[in-house]
Amino acid sequence: MSTSDNERQYGPQYKLIGKNYVTADLYAKVTGKSKYAEDFRAEGMLFCKLLLSPVPHGRVKRIDASEALAMPGVRAILTADDLPAPADTVTDNGTVIKASKWGERGLTMEPVYQGEPILAVAAVDELTAAEAVERIHIDFERLPFVVDPLDTLRPGGPNPRTDGNVWVTPPGGQPAVQELKWTDADFAETKYGRLPMGKTPDEWSYGDLDAGFKNAALVLDETFVTPDVSHQTLETRSAMAYWQNGKVYLHSGTQSTAQTRTAIARWLNMDADKIVFISEYTGGGFGSKVTGGVSMIIAALLSKKVNAPVMMRISREEETFIGRARPGFQGRMKVGFSKEGRILALDMFVISDNGPYDAQGDAPTSGHMVSLLYQPQAMRWRGVTALTNTPPRSAQSSPGGLQGITITEPIIAKAARKLGVDQVAIRYINCPEGKAPYGPPVQGKLQHATSAFLKDALQRGAEQFKWQERIARSPKRMGSKVRGVGVALSCYVGGTIGFDGLLVITPEGRIQFQSGIGNLGTESVIDVHRAGAEVLGVPWEKCDVVWGDTSKHFPYTCVSGGSQTTHAMTRAAYAVAMDAKQKLQEIAAKSLGGNPEDYEVANERVFRKGSGSGITFAQAAQRAIELGGKYDGHEAPADVNKMTKASIAALAGQGLVAAARDNYPRDGNTHSYVASFAEIEVDVETGKYYIVDFLAYADVGTVIHPRALGGQVLGRSILGIGHAIGQKWVFDPHYGEMVSKRFYQNRPPTILDVPVDMQWGALDIPDPETPVGARGIGEPPVGGACASILNALSDALGDEIFQRAPVNADTILTSLEAGRPMQHPLMAHI
Amino acid sequence: MAVIRDVMASFELLQPASIADAQKLLQQHGEDAWVMAGGMDTFDWLKDRIRKPKVVVDLSGIEELKGIRTSSDGIEIGATTTLTEVVKHPVIREKYSLLVEAAEVVASPQIRNQGTIGGNVSQDARCWYYRAGWPCYRAGGNICYADTPTGRNREHAILHAERCVAVNPSDSAPALIALDAKFVLRTPRGERIVDAEDYFIGPDIDITRLHILKPGDLLTAIRIPSAWAGSRFYFEKIRDRNVWDFPLLNVASAMQVSGTTIDRIRIAVNGAAARPLRLRAVEDAVRGKPATAATGEMAGKLAVQGAIPLQFNAYKIPLMRNLVKRAIGGVEEARWAS
Repeated sequence: MSTSDNERQYGPQYKLIGKNYVTADLYAKVTGKSKYAEDFRAEGMLFCKLLLSPVPHGRVKRIDASEALAMPGVRAILTADDLPAPADTVTDNGTVIKASKWGERGLTMEPVYQGEPILAVAAVDELTAAEAVERIHIDFERLPFVVDPLDTLRPGGPNPRTDGNVWVTPPGGQPAVQELKWTDADFAETKYGRLPMGKTPDEWSYGDLDAGFKNAALVLDETFVTPDVSHQTLETRSAMAYWQNGKVYLHSGTQSTAQTRTAIARWLNMDADKIVFISEYTGGGFGSKVTGGVSMIIAALLSKKVNAPVMMRISREEETFIGRARPGFQGRMKVGFSKEGRILALDMFVISDNGPYDAQGDAPTSGHMVSLLYQPQAMRWRGVTALTNTPPRSAQSSPGGLQGITITEPIIAKAARKLGVDQVAIRYINCPEGKAPYGPPVQGKLQHATSAFLKDALQRGAEQFKWQERIARSPKRMGSKVRGVGVALSCYVGGTIGFDGLLVITPEGRIQFQSGIGNLGTESVIDVHRAGAEVLGVPWEKCDVVWGDTSKHFPYTCVSGGSQTTHAMTRAAYAVAMDAKQKLQEIAAKSLGGNPEDYEVANERVFRKGSGSGITFAQAAQRAIELGGKYDGHEAPADVNKMTKASIAALAGQGLVAAARDNYPRDGNTHSYVASFAEIEVDVETGKYYIVDFLAYADVGTVIHPRALGGQVLGRSILGIGHAIGQKWVFDPHYGEMVSKRFYQNRPPTILDVPVDMQWGALDIPDPETPVGARGIGEPPVGGACASILNALSDALGDEIFQRAPVNADTILTSLEAGRPMQHPLMAHI
Repeated sequence: MAVIRDVMASFELLQPASIADAQKLLQQHGEDAWVMAGGMDTFDWLKDRIRKPKVVVDLSGIEELKGIRTSSDGIEIGATTTLTEVVKHPVIREKYSLLVEAAEVVASPQIRNQGTIGGNVSQDARCWYYRAGWPCYRAGGNICYADTPTGRNREHAILHAERCVAVNPSDSAPALIALDAKFVLRTPRGERIVDAEDYFIGPDIDITRLHILKPGDLLTAIRIPSAWAGSRFYFEKIRDRNVWDFPLLNVASAMQVSGTTIDRIRIAVNGAAARPLRLRAVEDAVRGKPATAATGEMAGKLAVQGAIPLQFNAYKIPLMRNLVKRAIGGVEEARWAS
């Protein structure tokens, strides 16, 4: 952990906010006592194994499982025919989203990628289940397949799904798969190593693009390819399930406990109140387990079929197939700069490799982030979300943000060199500030951020990193070693609104926070409630946080995705603490006379201002039970979600039950920001490089828990760095098969690939549009970290080395040898 | 028949306590037996169910195969001595530090704690088609998937490819060749001692194996003569990650100089071909020349003569040229103040 963690005092006006503390789950984690899904056992438990598709696209014509089913110890086989029909989704405001006919269901009779689960076998142990899988014979009808988005967009190119190759979302409608082919004339661009730009289903723009380019002192037009990167959570998506009294009990990892129950209800097409979901600890999500994974229903349905508990342990290879990944982009961007480096016009074009299933938001989000982060005076965004027969994608930390930033940043770095402008300065003049506007326009108007203090972060970061000293150092080259420094801006969505808080003040005088947040390693499951404890002025030792099991009654909680939790749930925690305070004052007035506003709350008591006569929290809780009604949960506020209402009813009578919806106003959309700095050292004779120093300086509003914040800033930076230094998928396009399936082959970054003393800092300036001032942090560091490494590399080696990430010895050496970029400029998955 | 990975098939585990017992078991079971040392290569094959031996002969209980013995003529390392033990041994550190440099960059600390020196030199190829069970030449089939117009071959061979383009992934092998090590084999016909470089074979000899061991044979020890003790050594491994990665290419050399003149040299590279390559032409060309950058340049160019790149591995040619250059002419150290 960085030294700044210890040196800096955050939130001097607070007792809990901005202070380090030990979270309640920590000892179990470091001593190995924490139980993850795979650690649970139940009487008579069976194990299941999956049969995965050997073909990238095909139709199951016949399954012969007779030999497998005849084996001793084999109990049942589950196929797609056993799955319930997918249910429609009803949103909070009552809108019905019809179940997509292209949606992923867990098992399939028409596999659309090599490695897709076809069926599952339950047996007394895993060895028997595996041997049974090997004795199953399946006849496939092979169908056309494609792994590179450009190959399906070519005239006459194969379609990855029988009815098309791109996602198209009509205005106000649901995404649908359609066919899109570009022309030979479009593809003529590939001769020059430039991305073809055919017609796209999606487009938006603002400002006068043509005038911007016309007035520009410098116009750059660059093609760039970003990698597909597996989430590679250390805990694979194992699941265990059993049924009891008509309810299914399901253990699995998730990022979002409360809302995963809702997702399971949809996948199983049954009522949420018949589902108990247990997830006390989750070994990483990064967007791949926002509401767990659809595969968990395999364990639940097999368990129902055989009437016994079923454990499905997902192996590392299976996780590579079903464990999700970030869509790689093939992107092209034309940018016009003034002589000072201000971006006058930016024309962005992206193809997102979506995999075969549900439409991901990466392509449109990339335009949104680039617009906010660099504030171009005029901008156009065009995008294609293309389907391929490669494993399914999902959001991964900074979905679309990383790709957009990684395409843009090297262009800004190149422009600064061409214009003779300092790299920090060119970012400063394009930096968002205050209620910064961004696209896409909604009803003809640009949207805007709640706040942005990124200029401050960039300046403070540059000072802490000693930017001026580093760029002045000479020589840059000694022997075969060359040093380079890079800086990059980064941002992402940092919060949502409108969720509920729920707490109980018990007759023992303890404050019990009901936390529906997932325990995904960020500590927000516990951290956000410190904001509530701060409002009530209670010492943290008197607080308990209940989490990880939906039978323990949680309020309506945001999913932990898109870095929304810290913002959304500190608001809810603040709201519920205010409700508890109000109820304490009312109970005191009812007990001791006077009006509620005559009373104040402090020192675990509610007492008359001035005189000091009052009652303790414990007494107030007892009194709440006597009063009933809204005080002990027998009545719920009208505006809370029905999930919260059910939980209030279940907790009624246990003490003072406080519940509230976050109704606080907000002007703008919440984002967080990071300025990232890196220095690298390249050996030009071997192409090997090392990251010498790294700093990420964050603008995340009020700091809630410095140690957890530092863990996120640096941890997510390492995730981003992985995209720059080596993590990727490699496919053999002829066979449609991934050849880099193993951990060691797709090369996630290790702790030895980053400097030991990585640094972080945070401004700690509250966001004005939320009562606690805190914003989220998970996603924002990712894109900046990746781009700062790439920019440091081009600082060391020049602009003619790479046109894609990651950058490795092969790219560096062949390009240096030739004096121009030598890697294939467009091909995906190499 | 459907394919499933990542679940180890059952087998009979045999744990002999002596080399003689191990040999008896191997003779008894013939082709059905799999020899396992540290298991770092073995478990991949077994967990993936690509290899399904009936019996596994585990060498880890044989005391005679463990440990490091020193004498005036050199040093003998038991085949199942772990890489960590090799790296920590004071005499190896003092006299044969080339081997320390090579062994300490193998894989990761956990793997070095478990993996053995014998296993490191005897490990199988890491071609990702072959390891994933594709029915290629090396697996007994009649195609090389890596060497096709769409084959993904960034980590494959640039020299001596013959149908198969897989490379030998060992880091310790070129160091042992440079140190003129002898490999001690126990075969059904008795003990046999071979030069390190002769332990390794290419696809022209046998496309299904990277070394000369036949069923029933055991590698029991590696002997390093004192002839090269304390020489001027050079080892460098280039890999994508800083830990837990096989070499893209590595180089090892042992050089004896008078003043600046090269009297004797042994040099080998790995990751370029199916066997670690001793560069005899380079050794002959630089003998008697000064150990300078200019000699290194010449040697590097000579080393890559005849190299043929595949679609994605052309970088290995300048990489090998430069590594050989540095092994002979040295590398200029860069030291920035901060």
